[in-house]
Amino acid sequence: MAVRAGYALALLLAVVVLNFTLIHIAPGDIADTIAGDMGGATEEVMAQIRADYGLDKSFAVQLGIYLGNVVRLDFGYSFFFNTPVTSLIAERLPATLLLVFTAQIFALVIGVILGVISARRPDGLLSHFVTLLALFGYSAPVFWTGIMLLIGLSLMLPLFPVAGMIDVTLIDAPLWRQYLSVAHHLFLPALTLASIFLALYSRLCRASMLEVLGADYIRTARAKGLSERDTVYRHALKNSLGPVVTLAGLQFSAVVSGAVLVETVFSWPGLGTLALQSILARDTPTILGILFFSALVVIVGNLLTDLVLRLIDPRIRAGGG
Amino acid sequence: MAAPLLEVRDLGVRFTTRDGQVTVLDDVSFTLERGERISFVGESGCGKSMTALALMGLLPAMGQVSGGMINFKGEDLVTASESRMRQIRGNEISMIFQEPMTSLNPVFTIGRQIAEVLQLHRGLDRRAALARAIDLLEAVRIPNAAARIDDYPHQLSGGQRQRVMIAIALACEPEILIADEPTTALDVTVQAEIFALLRDLGAKLETAIILITHDMGAVAQMAERMLVMYAGRRVEEGRVADIIKASAHPYTRGLISCVPHITADATRRLDRLPEIDGIVPPITSFGRDACLFAPRCGRASEACHGGRPAQAEVAGHKAHSVACWHPHDGGA
Repeated sequence: MAVRAGYALALLLAVVVLNFTLIHIAPGDIADTIAGDMGGATEEVMAQIRADYGLDKSFAVQLGIYLGNVVRLDFGYSFFFNTPVTSLIAERLPATLLLVFTAQIFALVIGVILGVISARRPDGLLSHFVTLLALFGYSAPVFWTGIMLLIGLSLMLPLFPVAGMIDVTLIDAPLWRQYLSVAHHLFLPALTLASIFLALYSRLCRASMLEVLGADYIRTARAKGLSERDTVYRHALKNSLGPVVTLAGLQFSAVVSGAVLVETVFSWPGLGTLALQSILARDTPTILGILFFSALVVIVGNLLTDLVLRLIDPRIRAGGG
Repeated sequence: MAAPLLEVRDLGVRFTTRDGQVTVLDDVSFTLERGERISFVGESGCGKSMTALALMGLLPAMGQVSGGMINFKGEDLVTASESRMRQIRGNEISMIFQEPMTSLNPVFTIGRQIAEVLQLHRGLDRRAALARAIDLLEAVRIPNAAARIDDYPHQLSGGQRQRVMIAIALACEPEILIADEPTTALDVTVQAEIFALLRDLGAKLETAIILITHDMGAVAQMAERMLVMYAGRRVEEGRVADIIKASAHPYTRGLISCVPHITADATRRLDRLPEIDGIVPPITSFGRDACLFAPRCGRASEACHGGRPAQAEVAGHKAHSVACWHPHDGGA
């Protein structure tokens, strides 16, 4: 596990260097934006702005300074929002984490349940329904799914709020009321984000469950006199989860990038909306900070996946590392 | 004479396939006394395992019993409910399989897998069941049992895993243990140990053993009586010693001659290992009214292709019967 953590750190360093390089290569910088806001500027003023923000130094020096700062967890100052990037992200990250992890858990739990049920009757009506749902969830664009859910469950049938994360009138209400409101607001965005992955997980779970149900040790479980329910949910399920959890780990980056779109559709105050604003403003420090934390979320997600796999399968535990 | 522990009469099993109904087992009958060891012998695909699965009520989804009865202590298992079968499985009749490497669940400790049957059938709580599991591991001669209880299957060798399977199967002291080719996947030395273990524990618990095998050597080591099966039918039945000495069915003769050491004269050199020509007929022909061995048989005549031979006692030998139009006579 320590080796894994070491790899993760090296990966994070690579991500930082790569991001910085990419942003540096991209045309345009904060000086353009400021000049644009001022309604135009002379070459001298532009040069002055660049000098003020240290943009006139060589690429290597800029990268060195940035890396030095990142190690001290200083991600610089957002010229656009007039706030340190760290506090900007600290304010938004929890919302994104909440959305990403809730969506993953939604997708996993519902996906596994649908997968198991359809594996028990591979030719049943539900099994075909799951296949259809999977195809639909996977092919429909997230923003479209989100908008459809909004129209259906917020406008036509006003069960859920349209946007935001919390009912602002609850600012002085007891904490549990606030939590409840957040959960209420969270439901639609999480379901939207989950819809793509739910489809993937249920398909994979169905396939791996079908394979496990044909295994010798399932015959053993039946020969012991276990009920069909115990055989499936106790003996087979744990064995069939491995591939699903592995896929969930691989999909973590996709979930995080999907969150950007979903946050925009539902005005969810997370990193995604911040990312959109800062990219439009060419706010380099903020963009880099967001990319750093997104990468961190993905890497931590993958580490968690490894951990869960170890819990499930003793043979991986024995594999060292 | 008291009723036997198990009496199977005219048991038939059919598979429903896309192309219609296929007979897999055809009128199989036999009896089993308490503590007796019987062996089912035959090539792969002859219905040995299918007979066992029918006894356990674990036929594959496409299979169903098409006729006959399985009388176990006065109860017909063919018509028994699924919940009654669950009470019997692993408790009164248990089974071990050919593949010890894959027959244990890889994600649970062996202690838990043994304890599970005791919790299920004996109502023991977890702790008592685990304590009993240690005793059982000792009984199947796994050294240092108390420490091995927390091992996972991948930490054990094939022979040890089969011992764990035996511990699970015998945990509830069943009346019948079905061993489906239990040593096929194991080393020869381990084979002998497993057979010794099965014999000893079977005798101690008075458990009757049904050994399924295609290995005549194993039969000679393990069983008192044998039932030779071919293409879903019983072709010969009798005491092992009688059949090895003087088998009546040409198929049985073939099987025995394939194993030189049972009857061989050690001083005479065998030039060529004998074999039975041909293969088991396709499953679609299992139900036909003919002797299904006839195409491979040197003694076959018109009668063999035209009608099904009846099961008849071999002249002068009690409890030795054969289904053949032209049996070898008992003394040969």
